[in-house]
Amino acid sequence: MIDELLRPFDFEFFRNGLIVATMAGALCGAIGVYVVLKGMSYIGHGLSHAIFGGFAASSLLGVNFLLGAGVWGVASALMINAVTRRRVIGSDAAIGVITTASFALGLALFALFGGVGGSFDAALFGSILGVGTEDVIAIFVVCLLAASLIFLRYRALLFTTFDPEVADVAGVNTARMDALLTVVLAGSILATMQVLGVTLIAAVLVIPAAVARMLTNSFARMLQLATVIGSVCGFVGMNLSYHLDIQSGPTIVLTAATLFAAVFVVTGATGRRRAAGITAPAPLAVRAD
Amino acid sequence: MTAHRDREVLLALAGVTCGYSAEAVLVDVDLAVASREFVGIVGPSGAGKTTALRVIAGSMRPARGTVTRRPGLRMAYVPQVETINWSFPVTVQECVLMSRVNGRRLPWASRAERAQVAQVLGRLDIGDLAGRHIRELSGGQQQRVFIARALLGEPELLLMDEPTSGVDVRLRHEVLHLLDDLNAGGLAIVLTTHDLNGIAAHLPRVVCLNRSVIGDGSPHDVLTPDVLERTYGASMQVLEHGGMPVVVDSYRREHSHHVERSL
Repeated sequence: MIDELLRPFDFEFFRNGLIVATMAGALCGAIGVYVVLKGMSYIGHGLSHAIFGGFAASSLLGVNFLLGAGVWGVASALMINAVTRRRVIGSDAAIGVITTASFALGLALFALFGGVGGSFDAALFGSILGVGTEDVIAIFVVCLLAASLIFLRYRALLFTTFDPEVADVAGVNTARMDALLTVVLAGSILATMQVLGVTLIAAVLVIPAAVARMLTNSFARMLQLATVIGSVCGFVGMNLSYHLDIQSGPTIVLTAATLFAAVFVVTGATGRRRAAGITAPAPLAVRAD
Repeated sequence: MTAHRDREVLLALAGVTCGYSAEAVLVDVDLAVASREFVGIVGPSGAGKTTALRVIAGSMRPARGTVTRRPGLRMAYVPQVETINWSFPVTVQECVLMSRVNGRRLPWASRAERAQVAQVLGRLDIGDLAGRHIRELSGGQQQRVFIARALLGEPELLLMDEPTSGVDVRLRHEVLHLLDDLNAGGLAIVLTTHDLNGIAAHLPRVVCLNRSVIGDGSPHDVLTPDVLERTYGASMQVLEHGGMPVVVDSYRREHSHHVERSL
């Protein structure tokens, strides 16, 4: 039994996949806390689809995937951030336009110039087979950037997330904080896309944060718990992916969803009341009269 | 502009006009606030009270006119409690520590910061609530948490948006007495409110605002039927009780008189 469980560790592709999945879970867990508390879940979902357009374009042009999709993703992230802050049209509508157009462009490029196959499925649903050393380095770099941002700008990020208007008065550059967070979110999606797939990344952003919220009322503890929960789900999900012969994205998401259901039942009404807040819209704008 | 004759002017709005789109919310507003002043801005809904606070705080720039702040002026802003996301996972201590955003970079509080938080919370009589979630507090305690967050930044000017809105009479007095004490300690305060009689009883200076400044001075000078009618567009009576002006809605008086007669 133990030998059977340890057998996949003999393969380099699995070891790489496991490292990426575990780090991706931790990364998405931590970033997901800010995403859900700022009411940016739809941005996370949309951005993962937007990056698919960059993936398609870079693979057809023969450009390095991380570079092409990275530039595309960061550009989309900053565009979404700018449109959202301007509040000319509803942010959900703006995100919908930018990200679905980018996703549709990716699909159209694949349809016109070919390319449907393994890489296409991997981009959509995640695949352990395509994970190489390059992906391990990419996720390591993004984790380092995210950890640095969270560690060094912890208070400014918390203030911006909780109470942006007052944070602004207190001297926090909230526009810069939002932009940094969105760029790190784009980087996280890019670095985890190979393992999780664009259609499932949003779940890994949201579920660990939601589980952590049901377990605590403290922001610091929620951040720590979501990071640990995300990494455990990535590790367990990747192992299940190998043994059950199912794509890595779905197994990681289903592992996280199972944990969510268990915590939901165990914490009862208290947990549900706490988690109710994360489905609420972003903090209300101050009434201007 | 009044009430800053013998004191250092902290900030001054001169001819400020601004709005959110093409329509101006504030038109040609002049307003100065001096150190240790306690100013209440009153006016009907849509009069531009919150916008005025935003301009003072610097989170909104005027389309015309100037805002002059004393160099190095430390300000703190307490938002309306109705705008707070009470489901946000934050304890009282975490909430108060947010205002220390420009000091220590590390996520966790230093021993000195924890002592300062304890001191501020103790001063506001909520010292035993540091570990509680903000939603688990009473209305008065919640208001005090956000005042504590503002005070931790050691401001010279405290801006408060509708601190007495949606609270009962007891809590309203509790909040205004607390602000009285803070003002007596040297803190300048500017607040917005709909509560005319509350500010008449507690504040030495009232500014009546309806897109522009209609009246500015002591409650006795400003809370007159003429100024109030020009501010609110409705007839009001001002009575005297215990040496303080008491504003009474004329419609209600006439209406109740009519009811009495019909009975």
